[in-house]
Amino acid sequence: MPASERPFTLVAELSYQCPLHCPYCSNPVDIGHPRYRHELGTDDWIRAFGQARGLGVLQLALTGGEPMLRRDLVELCAGARDAGLYSSLITAGTLFTAGRARELKEAGLDHVQISIQSPVADENDRIAGNRSFEKKLAAARAARELGFPLTINCVLHRQNLDRIEELLELTVELGAQRLELANTQYYGWAVVNLEALLPTWEQLRRGEEAVARFRDRVGPAVDVLWVLPDLYEDLPKPCMGGWGRTALVVAPNGDVLPCQAAATIPGLEFANVREHSLEWIWNESDAFTRFRGTGWMQEPCRSCPLGRQEVDFGGCRCQALRLAGDPAATDPVCRFSPHHEHVVSVRESAQTGAKAPPSEAAGFPQFVYRAIKRPARV
Amino acid sequence: MTRPCLVTGARLRYDEVREEHLLLVPEGAVRLNPTAAEVLSLCDGERSVDDIVGVLSARYGGADVGEDVRELVDGMAGRGLLVDAGE
Repeated sequence: MPASERPFTLVAELSYQCPLHCPYCSNPVDIGHPRYRHELGTDDWIRAFGQARGLGVLQLALTGGEPMLRRDLVELCAGARDAGLYSSLITAGTLFTAGRARELKEAGLDHVQISIQSPVADENDRIAGNRSFEKKLAAARAARELGFPLTINCVLHRQNLDRIEELLELTVELGAQRLELANTQYYGWAVVNLEALLPTWEQLRRGEEAVARFRDRVGPAVDVLWVLPDLYEDLPKPCMGGWGRTALVVAPNGDVLPCQAAATIPGLEFANVREHSLEWIWNESDAFTRFRGTGWMQEPCRSCPLGRQEVDFGGCRCQALRLAGDPAATDPVCRFSPHHEHVVSVRESAQTGAKAPPSEAAGFPQFVYRAIKRPARV
Repeated sequence: MTRPCLVTGARLRYDEVREEHLLLVPEGAVRLNPTAAEVLSLCDGERSVDDIVGVLSARYGGADVGEDVRELVDGMAGRGLLVDAGE
C-alpha cells in the first residue's frame, strides 16, 4: 500500500449521548434510532485502536456526543497509549472534573479539546441548551493544571460570530495553545437550523480581521485555526482530506464511515468493526471505495478546467446529495457546478435580517436543539 | 532562543508503518528527516543551542553543523513547535 493511501486519523465517536443540545451538532439527526443503541464494548474499541495503528493511524480523536459519558474512558485512553496513538479528548467539559482529568492523564491521554459555545456565559448556555459555561472554564483550568495541551473549540455562526474578540481573550486567559474557530458546516443538525446559523459576509469579514490582528499580536504561542463555511466559497474543500484518504470514523455502534455525515447517503453500506478488520474496511468496503480517488467523478469534475480533481476530490459527497440530489455530483459549492446557483441564493438570503446585536437573542430565529429527548429549558 | 524545548503536547516518534520520523502534536504531525529528529531529540529545555551544536558536532567528527541547527530551531520556533525554557 503506498504511504499516501494510509489513514492518519481515527475519529472514535464513543457515544451519541450528550448533556448539551447544540443546534449545529454533527451527529446524525436520527441519533435516537435503535441502530445506535448497542454501543461497542471496551474490547471492541481497543482492538480497533490496535488495527488502526497497524494501518498507519497516528491520531485518535475520542469524541461523541460526549466521550466523558463512557465509564471505561480511562481504559480506552490506556488502550490508545498502548497502541501507540496520540489521543485527543473532544469534550464539552461539563464532566471533565479535576479528579477524572487526573485519571485520564495517568492513563496516557495526550490532549484535551474543550468546546465553548460563546465567551459570554448566558449566550453559551442558551446555544448549548444547558447551563455549562462555568463548568467549561473549570474544566479548561483543570486541564492546564495537569499540564495537558489545551485546545478551545468554538463552532461559529450568526449568533456568536460577533464575539470573536472576547473569545480570543478568553483563550489566552485559559492558557490554551490552540483555538479552533470552526465556522458551522451545514450537515446534520446544522441543516435543520440553517436559517438561524448562517452568518453574513460582514460578520465573516470582521471575524477574519479580528483573527489576523490577534495573530500579529500574539504570534505562534496560540495557534488559531479559522475555516470559512463551505457555503461562502466558490471552490470546494477536500472534504475529510478526500474520501477514504486520511480518516476513518467509527460510530458508537461500530459502523465505520469515511466521514461523520456519510450515513445520510442512501445505499452506502457500512461495515462494522464487530465483523471486519479496519484494514479490510479501509481497503475493500463499499463505503470507503465508492468515492475514493477520481474514477467515480462525473462532469464537470472529470474535465475540471482548473485541474483540481486531486486538490478537492470533488468536495463533499453529502453536500452534493443535499443540494444536487446526487452524491456523485460535483459539490455545488463549486462555481462550475450546474447547481451552484443554489449555494449563491442560500448565502444571499442570509444577508438580511441579522441587524439585531447578539445579546438580543429574541431577534434571531429560534433553534431546533439537538436532542434524543427534549431538553430542559434554560 | 536560549534553551529550546518541545511545546507542551509535542512528542517525537518513529512511525514503523511509514518508516519515518514524526513530531506528533495535537491533531497533527510534522514529518522530519533523520537529522531534524536528532536535533529535536536534544531540545530538552536544559541544553542551549550551542550545547546542541556541540553534541552533534562531536557525534559527526567535528562537522560544522551550527548553521543547520540554528535554522531548524528558528523554523520550528516560528511555527510554535519549539519554545524557550530559558524565558
